[in-house]
Amino acid sequence: MLTLAIDGKNYLLDLVERLGRAGIFLLMGLWRIVTPPYKLQPLIKQIYFIGSRSLLVIVVAGVFVGMVVALQFYDTLVRFGSVSLLGAAVGLSLMRELGPVITGLVIIGRAGSAICAEIGIMRNESQIDALECMAIDPYRYLIAPRLLAALISVPLLTAVFITVGIGGGYFVGVILFEVSPGSYFIGMYDAVLWQDIVMGATKSLVFGLIMIWVATAKGFFLHLDKSGVHGSEGVSKVTTDTVVLSSITMLFADYIVSSLIL
Amino acid sequence: MANQATNPAVNIQNLKCHYGDKLALDDINLTVAEREILVIMGHSGSGKSTLFKNVLGLVTPTAGVVEVLGKDISKLKKTELYELRKSIGVAFQNGALFSSLSVRENIELPLREHTRLDDSTIQIMTMMKLAQMNLVGHEDLMPAQLSGGMLKRAGLARAVIMDPKLLFFDEPSAGLDPVTSAELDQLILQLRDALNMSIIIITHELESAFNVADRITILDRGKQILTGTRDEIRASDDKRIVNMLGRKVRDDAIDAEAYLDSLTKGRSK
Repeated sequence: MLTLAIDGKNYLLDLVERLGRAGIFLLMGLWRIVTPPYKLQPLIKQIYFIGSRSLLVIVVAGVFVGMVVALQFYDTLVRFGSVSLLGAAVGLSLMRELGPVITGLVIIGRAGSAICAEIGIMRNESQIDALECMAIDPYRYLIAPRLLAALISVPLLTAVFITVGIGGGYFVGVILFEVSPGSYFIGMYDAVLWQDIVMGATKSLVFGLIMIWVATAKGFFLHLDKSGVHGSEGVSKVTTDTVVLSSITMLFADYIVSSLIL
Repeated sequence: MANQATNPAVNIQNLKCHYGDKLALDDINLTVAEREILVIMGHSGSGKSTLFKNVLGLVTPTAGVVEVLGKDISKLKKTELYELRKSIGVAFQNGALFSSLSVRENIELPLREHTRLDDSTIQIMTMMKLAQMNLVGHEDLMPAQLSGGMLKRAGLARAVIMDPKLLFFDEPSAGLDPVTSAELDQLILQLRDALNMSIIIITHELESAFNVADRITILDRGKQILTGTRDEIRASDDKRIVNMLGRKVRDDAIDAEAYLDSLTKGRSK
């Protein structure tokens, strides 16, 4: 049997156990989304937390990313006399790559860490046990609304990010560097295909799922953390782990989705 | 007092429970009659919480039978277990209130999740429990704004909002001053009489245990040393029980109201 044992611990078995637990956790959460009873209020509350409260930071990030992208592309394209391609370059890079990735990273930092900490504290303070004891399914009450809210909010936030990013690019390209507004938008319109939009939408869905999956699972299983660090230190640890693990997993998924669609 | 004639609220026979290789509970036999208050005592690591989790179906026993309200916990499906838990109230040591909900929202939660009562009925029922727990006026506070005693009373209000037949209370007196602790003991006795429920309490506090218990079970390293009435416990010559009681328990039964009066004497003037 293949094992990776160090200091008497079988790390391979441990990894399989964690992956299995996390996989079942996700399936349980998704199952609660599609089966009744459906409750709108917890979903709206989570959409407000993940979506609305991230809106400002997404808008600010989107404007600046769009401006930087336009600046960089303008500087490159002007060397080749292809400034008319600026709109296409900004649109494609935002839609296919930067929009989903940067939105995902921003939401991990803002909402993912907060959700992980909240559920971790609930685990620490026996609030999840209390739910079980009150015959309230924690997957339905805690996990399903957050999963669904992320699946709704992240693509919408990505769309907002891309839109304001295109606006930021317009400001730099058209207003500052006097690129023709017609070539900026027509170039973008001609270059961006449905396939690019599908790629961006798919990535935003996948990234939203990864972010919320890692954040909720890390908090939910805080008490099973093999490091044995619980309490406030445990919450701090799983929150950091959530940001690192979901960011890395998201970037890995970015490559997988890109390679499957391209 | 307990009604021994009818079916017990809890019936535990030959219960064993392991955590991995470690034996956490060994051959536990217990019954809790209707309207009886059973106090489970023991040092840290004695298996009190494990017993608690077994009775609630949060942990699966290795061997033995755990019947709660006439149903064998280990034979229930998840949905049946959840249905049974609607008849059980659990008050946690720290209250375990949801920090993002107000006191009122916390107490209302089981009603909102398990019933189709309209808002006004839920509000009336919540206010009745708040009044019973002397928490009226604090319903819109968040849990972080409550004192330790208020947190426990709010947790207790949530535990009894569905009028359960069986109530578990984990460490009601832990971290409380003697006056608040004695008040809580009185509240437990009042609740038993008002709601006709059986109550299982886990506690370290001797005074509190002897104030409220009809019977006391003493655990030590997963084994049941003795289960008996307050007098039987006091009369025990088992060295472990004598050590645990540490001669702190007076020969006469503690009168909670007299104890409270003695502590608060002169304050009202």
